[in-house]
Amino acid sequence: MNVHEYQAKELFREFGVAVPEGELATTPEEAERAAKNLGTPVVVVKAQVHAGGRGKAGGVKVVKSPAEAKTAASEILGMTLHTPQTPPEGKLVRKVYVEAGSNIKDELYLAILFDRAAEKFAIVASTEGGMEIEEVAERTPEKILTVLVDPNVGLRDYQTRALGFQLGFDKPLVDKLVPFVRGLFDLFMEKDCSQVEINPLIVTEEGDLFAIDGKVNFDSNALYRHPEIAALRDPEEEDPRERAAAEIDLAYVGLDGSIGCMVNGAGLAMATLDMIHHCGGTPANFLDAGGGADKEKVKEAFKLILRDENVKAILVNIFGGIVRCDLIAEGVVAAADELGVEVPLVVRLQGTMATEGREILAQSNLNITPAETLKEAGELAVAAVKGA
Amino acid sequence: MAILCDKNTKLIIQGMGNMGTFHAGLSREYHTQVVGGVHPGKGGTEKDGIPIFDTVAEAKAATGATASCIFVPPPGAADAILEAAENELDLAVCITEGIPVIDMARAKAALRGSKTRLLGPNCPGVVTPEQCRIGIMPAAITRPGPVGVVSRSGTLTYEAVDQLSRLGIGQSTCVGIGGDPVIGTNFIDALTLFQADPETKAVVMIGEIGGSAEEEAAEFVKSNMDKPVAAFIAGQNAPPGKRMGHAGAIIAGGKGKASDKMAALEANGVAVSPSPAEIGETLAQHAPGLTG
Repeated sequence: MNVHEYQAKELFREFGVAVPEGELATTPEEAERAAKNLGTPVVVVKAQVHAGGRGKAGGVKVVKSPAEAKTAASEILGMTLHTPQTPPEGKLVRKVYVEAGSNIKDELYLAILFDRAAEKFAIVASTEGGMEIEEVAERTPEKILTVLVDPNVGLRDYQTRALGFQLGFDKPLVDKLVPFVRGLFDLFMEKDCSQVEINPLIVTEEGDLFAIDGKVNFDSNALYRHPEIAALRDPEEEDPRERAAAEIDLAYVGLDGSIGCMVNGAGLAMATLDMIHHCGGTPANFLDAGGGADKEKVKEAFKLILRDENVKAILVNIFGGIVRCDLIAEGVVAAADELGVEVPLVVRLQGTMATEGREILAQSNLNITPAETLKEAGELAVAAVKGA
Repeated sequence: MAILCDKNTKLIIQGMGNMGTFHAGLSREYHTQVVGGVHPGKGGTEKDGIPIFDTVAEAKAATGATASCIFVPPPGAADAILEAAENELDLAVCITEGIPVIDMARAKAALRGSKTRLLGPNCPGVVTPEQCRIGIMPAAITRPGPVGVVSRSGTLTYEAVDQLSRLGIGQSTCVGIGGDPVIGTNFIDALTLFQADPETKAVVMIGEIGGSAEEEAAEFVKSNMDKPVAAFIAGQNAPPGKRMGHAGAIIAGGKGKASDKMAALEANGVAVSPSPAEIGETLAQHAPGLTG
């Protein structure tokens, strides 16, 4: 789960990670008042959307008076922001963050994430702040520094000191980096983050460290123990179909093809997309109905698939392990019946209770094309679209 | 011979809820010695003829259990893994999906040096055909034979096994290692076991996008295995950036795409199936003479 920059910075403050003063505004008047309250000669007005690359897209403006802050906010609020990280239709800006300007001397990069290969947490830092970190990794991998942290030992200050000296910091600055990174690591662990990224982390002319930007992602599997974090979710920022899927605990990714897919298991769901492509068709979506799929869930999944007007056929591919094919079959029959599914329906059931499931489908009198193998399922679905 | 489990395995179930009880029953019907269940507070009772114990320690003392299958919900799952390890079972198989990464990272670090091998979490378990079933796999699709199957995905494991069985190619052991970022047994661990198992003559490996485990496994196959390996990577048409962490790609050095994994496998002598429907055939062509 993602949060906005202003929410990330609120969490940074709570954990003692230094950020410039700032206030949230939803109207130009509020932005003007915020700039006045800050009282600094320079303020920055920043669009609050869940996407990077806001600056280049015109979503960040540096201004020198409360009046200018008002003008900047009136330009940014209500604009549709197009950055490399936004969906094709862009993102509507509903809020701006008004922040005190800083005298920037150096820009760095700092992140915490989980390193899957090492099975440890990684503090990643670079002197090349303000740039896309992937670009840095590509061009000058030697400029990316990594410190691995054992999950049961935690971050030790000597590790941060070593990192600071490698970044070329002097002792007074290293002394500021140590509590900064400690706070960030505490935030990461206490709130079950999956990634914290500060780009840029700045050193000011006055010798202070500040997080100028902040991106925090949370482990969705751990939200059950952080209701205060779950409350930060902004539904406006999520793809409406993916949001609807998440509400019923389905993993869904919208694609631009014509065959709606309902599959159990992420691997088989990905392989089903591969199969459809291999047979010359195009999938309309990725949908993993998960291990707990039952009648109600299948119905909800069908509703979701049918919301997509491009869907010309539906392929259900279930290989039952934890999922019982008889329950899926009941769901398919109920969904097709109640929702009045008009597109061709190809259903493949294998595994746990598959014989019972196929029996339920056969007795339903619905127009369902059964498939035996994955290949046959793919071919039948593609043929159904071409015939339609 | 087989790997991880066989007819001598004595299995307990941690988490005897609906799912645990249902699959305990299926395992028992499929040749497996299910000797007990663990459900704190229900010790001394029975469920579907399976004796229930309050703790793993009590279950092991009373039954001589050697393996555990964990169905405990996410908040208590890492705990259940550590309880199995503390009691030195040979194998703990964790089916639970949705364990927070931090919990698993800590549990995995604590397992270093433990006698207990962890399989999973978020995995379908392991089946040695006609000997033992631990987890949730539909064992009826398996048949005994010479091919080891190892996969990150649950349902795609069944797909591969089904294709092999339809071609008349049996399996030594089918292993689902799980799709989570932190897992107990990885591809290289499973390949090591298959290489050492005299009954396994060839291996099918099923990977997917994300991380770099397949690339590492590819190098392992070249330098440490003389048995033929066939592979499939799911997600060749997955949209980029949807599931992979932003900065995660830095550490992996740009690894994680299906095309990269397929290229790495091919470069190291692994036969890669172009479509998910040709996994069995790809192995059959790469390693003739496996039917029987």
